[in-house]
Amino acid sequence: MANQPSQSIHQSDRALKRLKKRKAKEIRFKFFGIVAIILAMTALAWLLVSVIGTGYKAFYQHSITMTVVLEETTLDPTNARDPDALRQANYRRIIQEALYTRFPDVSDRKGKRDLFRVVSASGATNHVRQMVYKNPDLVGQTLTIVVPTSDDVDQLLKGNILRDVPEQRRKVSDQQIGWVDELVANGEIKARFNVIFFTGTDSRDPELAGIASALAGSAMALLVAFALAFPIGVGAAVYLDEFAPKNKFTDFIEININNLAAVPSIVFGLLGLAVFLNFMGLPRSAPLVGGMVLALMTFPTIIIATRSALRAVSPSIRDGALSVGASHIQAVFHHKLPLAAPGILTGSIIGMAQALGETAPLLMIGMVAFVTEIPTSVTDPAAALPVQIFLWSDSPERAWAERTSAAILVLLTVLITMNGIAIFLRSRLEKRW
Amino acid sequence: MTQLLTSTNKVSYRALTPELELMGQVNVTTETEFDNAKFTCRDVRVHYGSLEALHGIDMNIQDNGVTALIGPSGCGKSSFLRVFNRMNDTITGARVSGEVLMDGQDIYSNDIDPVLLRARVGMVFQKPNPFPKSIYDNVAYGPRIHGLAETRVELDGIVETSLRKGGLWEEVKDRLDDPGTGLSGGQQQRLVIARAIAVDPEVILMDEPASALDPIATAKLEVLIDELKENYCIVIVTHSMAQAARISQKTAFFHMGDLVEYGETAKIFSNPEDKRTQDYITGRTG
Ligand SMILES: Nc1ncnc2c1ncn2[C@@H]1O[C@H](COP(=O)(O)OP(=O)(O)OP(=O)(O)O)[C@@H](O)[C@H]1O
Ligand SMILES: [Mg+2]
Repeated sequence: MANQPSQSIHQSDRALKRLKKRKAKEIRFKFFGIVAIILAMTALAWLLVSVIGTGYKAFYQHSITMTVVLEETTLDPTNARDPDALRQANYRRIIQEALYTRFPDVSDRKGKRDLFRVVSASGATNHVRQMVYKNPDLVGQTLTIVVPTSDDVDQLLKGNILRDVPEQRRKVSDQQIGWVDELVANGEIKARFNVIFFTGTDSRDPELAGIASALAGSAMALLVAFALAFPIGVGAAVYLDEFAPKNKFTDFIEININNLAAVPSIVFGLLGLAVFLNFMGLPRSAPLVGGMVLALMTFPTIIIATRSALRAVSPSIRDGALSVGASHIQAVFHHKLPLAAPGILTGSIIGMAQALGETAPLLMIGMVAFVTEIPTSVTDPAAALPVQIFLWSDSPERAWAERTSAAILVLLTVLITMNGIAIFLRSRLEKRW
Repeated sequence: MTQLLTSTNKVSYRALTPELELMGQVNVTTETEFDNAKFTCRDVRVHYGSLEALHGIDMNIQDNGVTALIGPSGCGKSSFLRVFNRMNDTITGARVSGEVLMDGQDIYSNDIDPVLLRARVGMVFQKPNPFPKSIYDNVAYGPRIHGLAETRVELDGIVETSLRKGGLWEEVKDRLDDPGTGLSGGQQQRLVIARAIAVDPEVILMDEPASALDPIATAKLEVLIDELKENYCIVIVTHSMAQAARISQKTAFFHMGDLVEYGETAKIFSNPEDKRTQDYITGRTG
């Protein structure tokens, strides 16, 4: 100070050097941060682009408008209108005849076979069968129906089957292309919104496959999981935080709850298999058991969320309640829990969203079954959305890849909606004190 | 010192202090006998784990008046205040021993329910802590949980009376449904007092109630305390010597967990017997 009266120690050369070094460090840190964010965003964008790029095509599908004659001689030769006989009748013949009438030039066996492959065989026959079964009076009449084309025709029209590859290496023959083009030009084949994808269940034919069963299964499993995990989780958290004596034993329980949150989900699946299926004898592949397994998984998440939400409530609120003669339980239930509710709900919804995306434990308890019916109760066999995705992703065909991506999009939409609700609740319900 | 005492209209004892300083070493008596003691404390100790925060306090608290607890930070004023409504029970690791009689009855005996005791001994905290509910619900909460009102009209009456006694009615009567947390700090503190009054307590404990308030809000609060002392026994912790001098009749000076000196406020501020008291009130320590 005495030597350099005008210069402060913070302006010396050494200080300036230090400043330079510190600034360089900060710049490097910012650079790495930006790189990390760019990497993450690129990965996310890639995922979204590839999923949306393949998935969007599953939301529309080509279908064909046909005129079918419900010949009495084919369907009901005895004229008994017996429902069982009507169900067994040869609807394939009806569809074939309709096509042969539409293209009378086709006479050879191979040509006829190829022609029938333009429509979805089981889609068309089941459609007519349903109609006749519901209304036997239709027999003998002429109907106009709209049924899906076969998945190969659909893929051809979506541009996934290329016309310029040689015929032997193509799934659709030149002749079929000719028919399809004619039908398209005539307006008989049209692209329509793919309702089947949302109303249909799993199927061996991609053009008939839908996620309804999987969605219903997931929704039921989540409801079961929520109904179990939420009250038990919140109750356990409130008890542990507010009323449990603090001793070695409760410390031990606390550590274990935190550990439980880190247990891989497949272990819960194994536990479910051993306890719920083998020991308790609950039905396999049922949303009930799926929900119970997911509840085990979500339970620690809800406990942890509830406890941190309770701790975030200012103790002054509790003191205020106690000071006017509220009991501890009253202070908790009248003041702390309502104030912690947004945090608890947020945590629970995020836990539920995690559970929704969970596949491994559901595989263990048999929710991988090929389910062609929409479950009506929690004990019916059902698929779950992520498991359905897993199953479909196994099939290499374009039509399945498309539906896999579309199912992923549906799952992501549900997840984003759930997280959105969580964020909304957090920002809306949160009260200040 | 003279300024401190102006509002109490007591004679200045300033002239006497030099001699008293010499007597600082004299062992002072902290026992004060009243005909109207609300609380009688015998050898009250407060422990936090292994730490003894209060080392055996013997002290009476008079009814219908203001008793101020003063002393340097960490000396145990808050701990002592919480003895009277058993709020120390809610702190993990805290332990209270000794005997505390309220109207002759031991409030730490087994047949006293601490929850009911807290309805009789209200408390106001340093930071205003209204519930994040409407003004009405804040005041009505206590009466509701204790079933003090049979009908809505009765409850309305209790709320109005309490807000009037809390000196807040005129300011909030048109917006009882607004959140209590939306009031100003001083209003919130009076709301909290009204909330305490609503359950009809006999005692109101206040822990530095004005420390978060500006001088005008503080002045209003002091006027309110002065009115309340007619009907309630008030014990107040304060760091403001001036405030203690203005509003209290009795003052107790604590130092490192001991009750050093206790007596008439005028006497403590003008003629303290203990050197530590004198140093503290003249601003030399603490
Ligand atoms: N909850 C607690 N846990 C552990 N120790 C505590 C707790 N509350 C107070 N103490 C200790 O007890 C002693 C007295 O504290 P207390 O809060 O009663 O002092 P105070 O006089 O009110 O101080 P201040 O004027 O700063 O409010 C202090 O040493 C403090 O550290
Ligand atoms: Mg204190």
